Amino acid sequence: MQFGLTDSQILTRNSAREFFSAEYPIAEVRRLCETETAHDIPLWRKTAEQGWCGMTIPEAYGGMGLDLVEVAAAMEEAGRTLVPGPLLAHLTATAAITACASEEHKQQLLPALATGDRIATLAVLEPNPSWDLAAVAVPACEGTKLFVMDAAVTDYIVTLTRDGVFLVDSRGDGVTLTPMPALDTSRKLSAVNYRNAPGLQLATDNSAVQRALDIGTTLLCAEMTGAMQRMLDITVSYVKTRKQFGKPVGAFQLVQALCADMLVATESARSATYFAAYALEQNLPEAQSAVSVAKSYIADAARLTGNNAIQAHGGMGFTWENDIHLYYRRAKAFETAFGDAVFHRERIAQLAL
Amino acid sequence: MDLNLSPSELGFRDGLRQWLADNLSPHWQADFAKIEGKQAQFEYLRAWQRKVYDGGWAGIAWPKEFGGRGASIIEQVIFTEEMARAGAPNLPGVLGLQLVGPTTITHGTEAQKEQFLRKILSGEEIWCQGFSEPNAGSDLAALRTTATLDGDHFVVNGQKVWTSYGWAADWCELVVRTDPDAPKHKGLTVLLVDMKSPGVDVRPLRQMTGETEFNELFFTDVRVPVANVLGKVNDGWNVAIGTLMHERATLGAGIQIVIRRSFERIVELAKSIGKFTDPITRQKLAQCYADIEVMRLNQMRAYSRMANGGTPGPEGSIQKIFWSELNQRFQQIAQEIMGPYGQLTKGSEYSIDDGIWTYNYLRARGNTIEAGTSEIQRLILGHFVLGLPKSY
Repeated sequence: MQFGLTDSQILTRNSAREFFSAEYPIAEVRRLCETETAHDIPLWRKTAEQGWCGMTIPEAYGGMGLDLVEVAAAMEEAGRTLVPGPLLAHLTATAAITACASEEHKQQLLPALATGDRIATLAVLEPNPSWDLAAVAVPACEGTKLFVMDAAVTDYIVTLTRDGVFLVDSRGDGVTLTPMPALDTSRKLSAVNYRNAPGLQLATDNSAVQRALDIGTTLLCAEMTGAMQRMLDITVSYVKTRKQFGKPVGAFQLVQALCADMLVATESARSATYFAAYALEQNLPEAQSAVSVAKSYIADAARLTGNNAIQAHGGMGFTWENDIHLYYRRAKAFETAFGDAVFHRERIAQLAL
Repeated sequence: MDLNLSPSELGFRDGLRQWLADNLSPHWQADFAKIEGKQAQFEYLRAWQRKVYDGGWAGIAWPKEFGGRGASIIEQVIFTEEMARAGAPNLPGVLGLQLVGPTTITHGTEAQKEQFLRKILSGEEIWCQGFSEPNAGSDLAALRTTATLDGDHFVVNGQKVWTSYGWAADWCELVVRTDPDAPKHKGLTVLLVDMKSPGVDVRPLRQMTGETEFNELFFTDVRVPVANVLGKVNDGWNVAIGTLMHERATLGAGIQIVIRRSFERIVELAKSIGKFTDPITRQKLAQCYADIEVMRLNQMRAYSRMANGGTPGPEGSIQKIFWSELNQRFQQIAQEIMGPYGQLTKGSEYSIDDGIWTYNYLRARGNTIEAGTSEIQRLILGHFVLGLPKSY
């Protein structure tokens, strides 16, 4: 038994760390957050050239075909630097196509998605939002989908309808996108209105997409784990240097307790995330509940980590200039994305108790 | 990452399961409940340890040359989990097996190893630890029990407290101050003290649960041969702290299983009294399940790191904080589910599970204090893991 990364997983993580920290420095992230799309085409190209956009796509269709533990390790690094734009949405949508589409459609669609020449996102929620696939109510392809991640920069919207899964051209006829300005500016949300929009039917029902939602949830958890680690690191280095009463504030026990709780939360988030990724990869019977354990635990743990990070910074933590609020916003958006803690606890009650 | 047991780990587990099936009476708890008196119950447990020893399962982590199996950390975890899963009796010599024995193997003389190790394994001799004092709890190095040299003996005077198994112990791993002029960490020595020595007084310490799990020990002019110094004179802090690291590292594996079994019981109970359909109860139980899972996964990661050559380190404080606070939350949820029945104690015909939940609730209160308070654990993380200035 070995609960830790293998050598090849460590290699993936290290090259992700090197790449994302070099290409997405925080100044660049801030610049992108201020743009309309949080998306930079040359940077996306660079990211795609390294293969990161095709991580979850099997090699047979031109992807990297990484195992999910490796993908989680890479996404932890992406989360650490707060990579903005459609990477997570794209990985989730391509996982959905991989999970539900026919062989012919996969051959047709996945190679261009793997190289990042095409970008996709997944549309699940409706005006009465629920992550329960049984709650999907819109017909094909008519009505409104909300909270669709990064739709404005995509080519395809993988759309769940009561008639099954459809691939819809994001800029096609009958599709109208309206921005939904939200607190995490690193990831733009859209309302998507479909009016008799043509779509390529990928599957006749939505059930196969559950796996993609579980993968997306796990990758989101991995990102958040990296973000939590970054908040902890920033905070620890700040309290070591900020002085009051003639000594570093990190010498005060109440401040140390704030940091210690962030550490416990971050390490626990990491344990829960990697087990979820492993369980999905291995198709363990408890895979779905493992995903819900991670998501529900991290929703609270990330909020605690963000709160403590800001608190330990004092007034500086409340400024726009300090980077913590970018992570804090991401943590808040994390809470409801792919189902909040209440949703996932109910799923645990159904699956595991 | 591979969470499957290796063929040899599986072999180890199956061997243990088979041995338990052959040797653990399925109705031992009923038999045990009929035994009158603490001493007689203790002898029953000692006989169980002897059986475990004869089966070759005592002190499995110890090197082969000292009667152990040289078991890997993963095998130790399997052992602890399987014993808990089978609901096997506790080993009464646990302090000797997990703490004193390993410390003696590291620091002891050949004569000490010869004299003590076998008897620790077999349960023939029971050990306790004389560490904490009334004025030395988290600040262990402030302890004041003194030992002064008189010929070839040390003469010990002082008081220890919170001593588990003190009343049953034949021997005590005692930390004393041998150099009152040295800085507090530098003047300590570990002595191996025969509890039958004149001047040793063991008094019961009644806890809020009503039981007397712990003792106070009083030492008045107790003479201990110099040959019974463990490690070097005035190097006692290093000897003792190694023992505490072992304690924090290994405590969690069994507790995880015990809490999980207890949790499964409360879910079953909630279902049987119609509370499982209540959405608030479902949320709380599911949250508790998630916490127990996170605890298990944190432990697996920590054990894997140790298996890769790491020694138990200050990260153990993460596990300690997590399980102790989790158990308190869990016991509260259990109480909420049982409502007014939760307060009934052993002996009431209306009590649930003969009042064990009342006991569990009170006992859990001690979890965030014993083996290092949550407060000191957080400071350990702050200083030793995060590198913040030492604050105490």
